[in-house]
Amino acid sequence: MDTDMSGYVNETLGRLSDQLYVTSIGIYSVAALLFFVALAMGAKVKTYAGDLAESDRQARELVGASASSSRSVPAAGDRTPGRVSGPPERRPRNRAAVLSAAAYPVVILGLIAHIASIVLRGLATDRAPWGNMYEFIALTCAACVLGAVVVLRKPAQRPLMSFVLLVVILMMFIGGKWLYTHAAPVVPALKSYWLIIHVSVVSIASGVLLVSGVVSILFLIRERWPSTMDVLPSSDTLDRVAYKCVVFAFPLFGLGVICGAIWAEAAWGRFWGWDPKETVSFISWIVYAAYLHARATAGWRTAAAWVNVVGFVTVLFNLFAINLVVSGLHSYAGL
Amino acid sequence: MTRPARPSAFSRLLVTPLRKFWRELTSMRTALALLFLLALAAIPGALLPQRDLNESKTETYIADRGTMGVWMDRVGLFDVFGSGWFTAIYLLLFISLVGCLTPRIWEHFTALRTPPVPAPRNLKRLPRHLTETVDGTPEEVAGQVSANLRGWRRTTREVPPGKAYPDGAVEVSAEKGYLREFGNLVFHFALLALLVTIAAGKLFGYEGTRTLVAGDDQVLCNTSTAVYDSFRSGAMVDGTDLSPFCIRVDDFEAEFLPSGQPDMYTSDVSYTTDVSAPEDEWKTGTIRVNEPLRLAGDRVYVLGNGFAPTFTVTFPNGEKRTQTAPYLPQDTSTMLSDGAMRFDTPAGMYPDEDERRKHQIAIDGLFAPDPAYHSTLLMSQSAIVNDPAVAIRVYVGDAGLDTGRAQSVYMLDRDLIDQGRLVRQASVNLNQGESTTLPDGTVVSFDGYKRWVSMQVSHDPAQNGVLISSIVMLAGLVVSLLVRRRRIWFRLVPAASDDGQRRTVVEVAGLARTDQAGWGEGFDEQARALLDGSRVKPGKL
Repeated sequence: MDTDMSGYVNETLGRLSDQLYVTSIGIYSVAALLFFVALAMGAKVKTYAGDLAESDRQARELVGASASSSRSVPAAGDRTPGRVSGPPERRPRNRAAVLSAAAYPVVILGLIAHIASIVLRGLATDRAPWGNMYEFIALTCAACVLGAVVVLRKPAQRPLMSFVLLVVILMMFIGGKWLYTHAAPVVPALKSYWLIIHVSVVSIASGVLLVSGVVSILFLIRERWPSTMDVLPSSDTLDRVAYKCVVFAFPLFGLGVICGAIWAEAAWGRFWGWDPKETVSFISWIVYAAYLHARATAGWRTAAAWVNVVGFVTVLFNLFAINLVVSGLHSYAGL
Repeated sequence: MTRPARPSAFSRLLVTPLRKFWRELTSMRTALALLFLLALAAIPGALLPQRDLNESKTETYIADRGTMGVWMDRVGLFDVFGSGWFTAIYLLLFISLVGCLTPRIWEHFTALRTPPVPAPRNLKRLPRHLTETVDGTPEEVAGQVSANLRGWRRTTREVPPGKAYPDGAVEVSAEKGYLREFGNLVFHFALLALLVTIAAGKLFGYEGTRTLVAGDDQVLCNTSTAVYDSFRSGAMVDGTDLSPFCIRVDDFEAEFLPSGQPDMYTSDVSYTTDVSAPEDEWKTGTIRVNEPLRLAGDRVYVLGNGFAPTFTVTFPNGEKRTQTAPYLPQDTSTMLSDGAMRFDTPAGMYPDEDERRKHQIAIDGLFAPDPAYHSTLLMSQSAIVNDPAVAIRVYVGDAGLDTGRAQSVYMLDRDLIDQGRLVRQASVNLNQGESTTLPDGTVVSFDGYKRWVSMQVSHDPAQNGVLISSIVMLAGLVVSLLVRRRRIWFRLVPAASDDGQRRTVVEVAGLARTDQAGWGEGFDEQARALLDGSRVKPGKL
């Protein structure tokens, strides 16, 4: 049979997109490695050389704290001599901090390659580049990295990106190795502008929720072994970062589900039909609602973090298992 | 000495436990537990085959597991979302929600009408505080602060001279972020509205499916439930009040890409919402994937398609009978389909009923749109029509038309064949236009094919309500997550002045009342800005 698709797909761009995908995995790996080394060195410095590994942020916080306590009765006005102002005194930058600072642009470079790969696939197929599992995972991973780059932008928190990158690299590897689909047009059911809205919103929300889950896992590790894990930021910081991610992603995820329901009403004849993917989305949504409730209850920080980890598992399960193990209406391109 | 009145037996045995139960049910902990239970209960719905979604897969699953399967079925694991326990959990959650939230509405209204609380005695104990000395009398500073606190609920209180403040003091209390609780309440009540509208849709909605052959003058009139091959409806639908419309499929077209991947399915239809209108006044429309036809409050979808081969049987006496019957696709990628049809002998050919019944013709077999052969075994290479062919078995005998038993449209009755009442007379592959002749002179010819579509008619009067509820819910959620509740207090005490200039010592303290981790480091600047009069954006605090 004639399978020449050249009229439908620009194969050169498709191949370039694939190469950029692999390149971005490589760059992410390098960045993750740099961050891990930075973390390890930070731990070493802390253990053997006191608090030299204190990062800029923590340093600034310390200075700020001492400043505010010493300023119990300051004089009026902003420019009084008694007030500590200007940048905090600079500590000698240690190698861990230098390494961590160097790794951040590497992540951004990887992200640029990653996004370019997605854009090129869209150009190659002349449609929204999230029409099958491979493309969907690529998009979710990009959202995850972008979320991490934004949420963990403070220098002291940047090394945490290594853990997020670890999850991303794993997912992208699975996506590229087993779920890869050649650039091609989508099936009729996906020919709708809702594809652009629903899938992108859900992927971005899922990506950010994954960041939150990773940070909550770190929170639990930090709580469990406070002394050995003190290279991580304080558990308060981790808790706040995880919460902020959910505050952003939970309504977005809800919006994604609503968009999905509107689309399903036109495509499948009902807005909700307990398709496996719908069911697990429902479960995820409930778990994150429970997380917000637990987080709002005094003294439930650790319990809330566990709930967030459960949410993390349901999101991952929804991304992979539902398409690979259970067959449903969300199965496209054989997955 | 009076003994405390012992509560009556009624209150001891009934009222107290009930009140206790209610308090327990409406607590946050119970709501959380119920939420988790709901999530947990939904898991089998995702992992096990569900009867609603895939009946045959469910039956196979049950059969494969024997007694275990039967028990799983009995506890409702294959109909999770219709099961009693799932319903019980969400009803409890519903009640818990109502019980928890109704009092909060009143609390919220009360809070809206109550002025911000007076300043705590020791402001220095609060996590964020600041002390400054500024120019002006306490009253002037209070006016300034109050003006700067635009958008806050605020009140100014005079503290009379006393032990702590010999010269008296002025306090400004302000609070903002009331919208947070408002958003919170909106979210939860919209959630309730969502559940109610979904339930209403289930009660008053219906969904029917019907197979229609395109271009065959088959008309679906939504006048009774009997016109459907399958019909599901809510408890409040008795089938007498369906939205009136008639629809006919004039043409169906499947388009494919060169790779064999389907590109679009298009059905051209004629329809009318005036059931008595003549057919030439009907309107025409198109139904595509993602584009249902919306008419008379119903939605009409085409959710499946297939091929319907046409056969003509020429009986030995020369009389002809032609039938077109939908065949079921075995594989949607190649559209190799199977089906059956039955032909009664023409009236008068066999006056004797028993004789007549012994000479009926039955056909079953395969249809391939893009045929290929494994020796003589018919296969299909793709769903793209390319000189279609059939592989049929032709039987003569009792086709089962008079048995009174329900006959499958797609399959002949195996029993009749096994009992020898229906005897195979030919087994051939035919291309379009070819025919085969049976020993008794009957000729069976394969004339061609038509397309059939599986049409679904859905009615849900509450679905707009569901959409509105969910959007309101989302809006409430966003407001409740983003708005910050903050309190700020200013205590203005006149300072002793040496040079005759009036100065005021200002103590400021802030409290973040949200579950975010408190007021950020910007508090000091913001508090000073409020004193200075350099306006800060309300959002910054």
